[in-house]
Amino acid sequence: MTTTPVSSPATDAPAPAGDPVIEMTDISISFPGVKALDSVSFRMFPGEVHSLMGENGAGKSTLIKALTGVYAIDSGTISLAGAPLVISGPAQAQAAGISTVYQEVNLLPNLSVAENIMLGREPRRFGVIDWRATRERAAELLERLHLDIDPGSQLSAHSLAVQQLIAIARATDVDAKVLVLDEPTSSLDADEVSELFRVIRGLKDAGVAILFVSHFLDQVYEISDRLTVLRNGALVGEYLTREMLRIELVHKMIGKELATLESLETKTRVAAVESDAAEAEVPYLRASGLGRTGSVEPTDLTIHQGEVVGLAGLLGSGRTEIARLITGADRADSGELRIRGERRRLRTPRAALRDRIAYSSEDRKREGIVEELSVRDNIVLALQADRGWLRRISRRRQDELAQSYISALGIRPANPDALVRNLSGGNQQKVLLARWLAVAPRLLVLDEPTRGIDVGAKAEIQKLVSSLADEGMAVVFISAELEEVLRLSHRIAVMRDRRKVADLPNEDVTVGEIMGLIASGADA
Amino acid sequence: MNLSSIADLPKARLFWPIATLAALLLLNLAVSPGFFQIQFQNGHLFGSLIDILRNGAPTLLVALGMTLVIATRGIDLSVGAVVAIAGALACTIIADSPSPDSVGTVLFAVTVAVGFSLVLGAWNGLLVAVFGIQPIIATLILMTAGRGIAMLITEGQIITVSSAPYKVIGAGYWFGLPASIVIAAAMFVVAALLTRKTALGLLIESVGINPVASRLAGVRARGIIWTVYVFSAVCAAVAGLMISSNVTAADANSAGLWIEMDAILAVVIGGTSLAGGRYSLTGTLIGAFVIQTLTTTVYTVGIAPSITLVFKALVVIAVCLLQSPVLQQRLQARRRPPGSRPPASAVTAKKGALVS
Repeated sequence: MTTTPVSSPATDAPAPAGDPVIEMTDISISFPGVKALDSVSFRMFPGEVHSLMGENGAGKSTLIKALTGVYAIDSGTISLAGAPLVISGPAQAQAAGISTVYQEVNLLPNLSVAENIMLGREPRRFGVIDWRATRERAAELLERLHLDIDPGSQLSAHSLAVQQLIAIARATDVDAKVLVLDEPTSSLDADEVSELFRVIRGLKDAGVAILFVSHFLDQVYEISDRLTVLRNGALVGEYLTREMLRIELVHKMIGKELATLESLETKTRVAAVESDAAEAEVPYLRASGLGRTGSVEPTDLTIHQGEVVGLAGLLGSGRTEIARLITGADRADSGELRIRGERRRLRTPRAALRDRIAYSSEDRKREGIVEELSVRDNIVLALQADRGWLRRISRRRQDELAQSYISALGIRPANPDALVRNLSGGNQQKVLLARWLAVAPRLLVLDEPTRGIDVGAKAEIQKLVSSLADEGMAVVFISAELEEVLRLSHRIAVMRDRRKVADLPNEDVTVGEIMGLIASGADA
Repeated sequence: MNLSSIADLPKARLFWPIATLAALLLLNLAVSPGFFQIQFQNGHLFGSLIDILRNGAPTLLVALGMTLVIATRGIDLSVGAVVAIAGALACTIIADSPSPDSVGTVLFAVTVAVGFSLVLGAWNGLLVAVFGIQPIIATLILMTAGRGIAMLITEGQIITVSSAPYKVIGAGYWFGLPASIVIAAAMFVVAALLTRKTALGLLIESVGINPVASRLAGVRARGIIWTVYVFSAVCAAVAGLMISSNVTAADANSAGLWIEMDAILAVVIGGTSLAGGRYSLTGTLIGAFVIQTLTTTVYTVGIAPSITLVFKALVVIAVCLLQSPVLQQRLQARRRPPGSRPPASAVTAKKGALVS
C-alpha cells in the first residue's frame, strides 16, 4: 500500500482501572527485506477481551509470535504485570503465563482428552505418570470451563469445536494470565461459536486477559472490549469496541481516511456501454447458488467476456473461497456452474484449465511458484501439463515463450535459467502471470496479484489486466486494496461473512460505499 | 555450470561423488597394481573394472527407479521384495517347464516376471497416489509381504535352474560386454530419454517440489506418481532377473536383501535430495558405482569381514557430510574473508519465519 499509516501510539481509548498485565512497547521485528513490525506498542488488561485487527500482512501474526516467544524481537520491551520480561522461547512464554491456542488445533487425535490436556506435565508418582491424578486434574479443568466431556474419551471422537475447547482447557491449566486465541472460530458454526464465547466470557470473569483474533467483524463486535488495529506493520491505534463504528474500523484496517476516500474519484469507464451489450449474450461463466459448506454460502456470480469483475471484501469474507470454486481449486457442494451456457462440474484445476479458466492463487509461495525450477520451467508448466507429458514443448518453443513473456512483462533478471526462488516477489508474480497467459485463458482469476510487490510492478500488472480485458478476456480481480479494484473493474461484487452482499456496476461507486458494504449494511 | 576457476570445482553438483569414486578406485590401484587392467579374451572383456560394472548393474537399476520415486517426495522400500518375486517367478516357470533351455520359455518367464512387477508397482502407486498413504508405509507393506509372496511362488524352496538362455541375462556376454551391463545401460538410456525428451522429468520435479502449485497448474500428479512407482518396480524386477540368473537360482529369502538401502544410498550420494524435486540420473549412476566400488574395495584391500559394514558406513558418512549444505557453507566461509556474509543459520531461520 502506498498510504502512510496513521501512527497514533497515544491511545484513543481510556484505560480501565488497574495496570496492564501485558505491555509491549516499541516492538520492531524485521525479516530480510521486510519490516514486519515497526515500533508497535500493544497492551492488555486483566479480565478483558482484546481484538487484534488488520488485513493480511498487517503484522498481526508477527505480533502474536513476538508475544508468545516464537520470534525474537529486534527492539522494544515487553513487560508482564509491570516486571520486564525477556521471552526467549514458547516454553518460557507459557511458563510466564502466556498461553496460545492456534488456528489449527495442535492436539494429538489418537490420545485421550485427559492425556491431551495434561501432556508434558502429567502428575508423577515415584517417577511414573499417575494416570488417576492426570484424569482427575483434567476433569477439574474441564469442569472449570463447564464442559461436559469424558476425560477418558479419545480426542478424535470429538468435533473440531470441542477439540478447540479442549485446547483452551489445556492452555488455561498453566495458570494463564494471558490467553491468545488465533482465529479460533474460523471452522466453527454459529452454535459452536456461542459455546466458545461462553467459555471465553467465563475466563474473562476469572481475570484472564484474552487476545482474540478473527476475521469475522460480527464476532469481534460481540465478544471484545477493546481493539488494536495494525496496518502494514505499524500501529494504527487502540480503541474501545463500543465507541468504534464498523465502517470506521474497516477504514482503519484498509487505510485512507473517510474524507479522502469520499472525494476519491473513480475512473470513468468506457465499460458502461460495453456491459449493456454484454448483457444480451451468454456470459462466459455463470454460477448459480455455488457454495461449499464451511467455506462460502451459495453465491451467484456472472462473468462476461471482456469484463473485469472485482471481488471486494475482507480476508475470510468468501472472496478467495468463491474464486476457488469457479476455478476447480475446491469442489463446490451446492449450486451449479455454467460455462458458455453449458453445465459443467469443475472437479479439479485441470478440468477448469480445459475450459480455459486459470486461477492465480493469493498464496504465491505455497500455491504458485515452483521454487527450485527455473523461470522457463515455471512459465511453461501449466501449458505443458495441459498438453500432457508425451507432447513435450520443444526446447526452442520453451525459450521463445519464456523470452517473449520476460520481455513483455519485464521480468528481472531477464534470464530464463534463473531459479524462481531467487526472484523478487513482484517478478515471481509476473512469472506466474506468464504461466497463466501461456495457456491463453478465456477467464483469468487473479487473487491478490499485487500483494507485497513494489509500486512499479503493481502498476504494470494493473495495466496488463486492463489490456487483457480489452482483448476480450474475462478477468476476476481480487484485491484487498479497494482503489485498485475500483480502478480496474467493470463490475464489483462485495463479499461479507461468506456471502455476496452486493453486485454493482462500477459507475459512480466510491471506495467509501464499498467499505460501507464490507463493514455491514446497518452501520454504513 | 560455468566454472570460473579450480577453486569453484567443489561446488559443482557432482564433484564430491566423482571425487569419492576416483579416490576409491585409486586406493584399489595402490593395493593391487593390476586393478585397471582390462583383458580381451575369447571376444569378452575381463577385469576388475568390468566386474564392478557388472556387479553394480542390479543396484544401478534399482537406484534408477528409486531416483524418480524420490524426486516425487516418495520412497520405495519394496524393491528388494520385488527383486525376490521376479526371480522366484521366472525361475519357477523355467524349472517347471518341459524345455528350460528353449529361448521361448525364457522369454515367457521374463515377460511374466516383468508383467507381474507392473502389478506390484501399480499397487504401490495406488496406495500412495490414490489413498494418500505415506510412501514409506505404503511400500513397507509390500516390502514385508513381498518376500512372503516369493516364498509362496517357490513353495519355500530355493529353485535352481539350468537354462543356458536364462543364464545370459546375469552372466552372459553381448557385444563383448557382460549382458547385465548392456541391459542396465539400455535401461539408463531409456529412463534418461523418457524423462528428458518428454515432459515427464519437468512434471516429476514440479510435483516433488510443490505438489499444491502443480495441482493448480493442472499437473496430473496422481498419474505421475503412479508412473514412477510402476517404473521403480519394473527396474527392480529386471534387477531380480539379473541376480537370479547370475546365481542360476531363486532364493526368496536372500535375493535382493537390503538392496533398497543400497539404492537409496546411491541416490543420496548422487546428490538427489530425499525431500524431492531436482534429481540427477547421472548422479545416481555415479552413486551406484561408488557403492559397488566400496564393496569391491573391501575385498581387494582385505578388510576383515567383521568391520566391513563399519568401513562402508564411514565412507558413506563422509560423502554425505561433504555434500551437506551446512558444511559446504562453513567451508566456503573459511575461504572468504570473515564478515563478508551473514551466518547461514540466521538467514535460513528468518526465511522460515517469513513463510509462516
